[in-house]
Amino acid sequence: MGFLITLAITFLGLLAITFFIGRIVPIDPVLAVVGDRAPVAVYERVRQEMGLDQPLTVQFVSYVGDVLSGNFGTSVSTGKLVIEDLARVFPATLEMATLGIILGVLIGVPLGVFAAAHRGSWLDQGIRVVGLLGYSVPAFWLGLVGLAVFYARLKWVGGPGRVDIFYDGMVTPVTGLILVDSIIAGEWEIFRNAVWHLILPASCLGFFSLAYIARMTRSFMLDQLSQEYVTTARVKGVPERLVIWRHAFRPIRVPLITVIGLSYAGLLEGSVMIETIFSWPGIGNYLTVALLNADMSAVLGSTLVIGAVFIGINKISDVLYRVLDPRAR
Amino acid sequence: MTTLRDWLIDDSPASPMQARLGRFYRIFGALMRNPLAVVGAIIIAALVLTALFAPWLATHDPLRQSLGERLLPPSAAHWMGTDELGRDIWSRVVYGARITLAIVTLVAVLAAPAGLVIGVVAGYFGGWVDRILMGITDIFLSLPKLILALAFVAALGPGIENAIIAIAITSWPGYARVARAETLTFKNSEFISAVRLLGASSLRVNLGHVLPLCTSSMIIRVTLDMAGIILTAAGLGFIGLGAQPPLPEWGAMISRGRSFILDQWWVATMPGFAIILVSLGFCFLGDGLRDVLDPKSGEQR
Repeated sequence: MGFLITLAITFLGLLAITFFIGRIVPIDPVLAVVGDRAPVAVYERVRQEMGLDQPLTVQFVSYVGDVLSGNFGTSVSTGKLVIEDLARVFPATLEMATLGIILGVLIGVPLGVFAAAHRGSWLDQGIRVVGLLGYSVPAFWLGLVGLAVFYARLKWVGGPGRVDIFYDGMVTPVTGLILVDSIIAGEWEIFRNAVWHLILPASCLGFFSLAYIARMTRSFMLDQLSQEYVTTARVKGVPERLVIWRHAFRPIRVPLITVIGLSYAGLLEGSVMIETIFSWPGIGNYLTVALLNADMSAVLGSTLVIGAVFIGINKISDVLYRVLDPRAR
Repeated sequence: MTTLRDWLIDDSPASPMQARLGRFYRIFGALMRNPLAVVGAIIIAALVLTALFAPWLATHDPLRQSLGERLLPPSAAHWMGTDELGRDIWSRVVYGARITLAIVTLVAVLAAPAGLVIGVVAGYFGGWVDRILMGITDIFLSLPKLILALAFVAALGPGIENAIIAIAITSWPGYARVARAETLTFKNSEFISAVRLLGASSLRVNLGHVLPLCTSSMIIRVTLDMAGIILTAAGLGFIGLGAQPPLPEWGAMISRGRSFILDQWWVATMPGFAIILVSLGFCFLGDGLRDVLDPKSGEQR
């Protein structure tokens, strides 16, 4: 119960922040509608219709009501309802981030375990530097260099976009996830092409989650390996491989879930830059286009959705931690 | 025969000054034994020196266009090549160090004290004050920083000043959390009670005795955050919401080089290396500082 209350308060906080941002915009929203040559009477009427003459608290309540009923306003750049735009672009981001986190976990966890098992070796140092690079490399730069090397030079992967232009719009969106949709349609050629396009942006995202996950895995493993039960197991003659994977790794699975959750949420943020580079038609690209056009309804709508998903994933991994770890119950 | 070193590591210092200097000496010595921290410190020192001596290090005027020398590859005359307006990229990267240093310093100066005061007040007074302040802090902490910064800049308008404000707004909550946690550990200790019994006001207790004890963990946190701040600032510049042309900001330079990435790769890659180097420097130094000042906390962040 307490959990639901904090969740509700956090969402309300998110709404308050977006509401506040919407208020500090220097553009007068009434002038934007009526133009600057409108007579005062018209200006006042529109101002009343928009509810801007009401006290801020009243405006905030009606804003919360609007958001809860899915009314995020209309986008100036696309001319459509922001909520419809967001529903259309979100699956593309989800697809990329999900593949990114899968790559990050599959590579990051073994790397972290390995680094801890060989503490102090040059491989450990190397993994440590990779981990720090994850905090130091700008995502947009990595994407650019990746495109230049793997797409333009080596031709190993597809270029920007979700599929080649030739295939664009050939599968009807059912889920919005192009990999799933192309399987449903039985279009294996498009499926292969989509994987070909997805692999580079997802690897860029995967690199950032890999760096974080490997770093945390290493630190959790070192904690476990210094415990007495590990020494006991070694004294008993348990092979090192079993000491690591059966004894030391098991207890860190639960905290790792939290780390993976955090990392997944972080990828939503990272996708803003990566999508811009790869012309990926997801929420990040939508947000940057809206930013450049000062399209505030779309900006605040995207901020709300990304923020809500971010909070949601964090809270879910929190709950999972509590459910799975008997000590935290 | 007492040397300076003996005086510094004296176990029974005669004055607070000697104790303080001795502590700095020990921290410095421990840092110098950590190779990554040394590398980090050298990189940061190089950044500061580059920013200070930019006019002497730059080989060309960073803003002077010379259309006859557009997009030249790296050579003896132009160490990092030239961009689409014939400007020398090395000189622009050198002057960009000033912008980067200004951004991280201003964000640290704005956000760290704000977070420090909020955290100490929340931790010291507890009760409703604590609940309200930490409630706000937690809301900010649970939101994605970059997205929030983007939204703030969108509202405030593009430009480097607004980018700094937006990044500062999204950075203070982490410091508030750290400061509060530190304050809670000192709050009930005997020396604080002693100061209070002597009749010191809350303001005096906090300013004179609680705040100084939070500084070491704040320094660690600020140093570790620097990389993130640099990346966010560069990201804003890249999108076109941060530093505006013709300022040689590294993120904005990468953005200009984007169109030439296939043939004139140096335009976009060179500023990227600068960003990576400086961010890595702060990460290394922050890691080292944490190992020295706060050995308990280990690797987690």
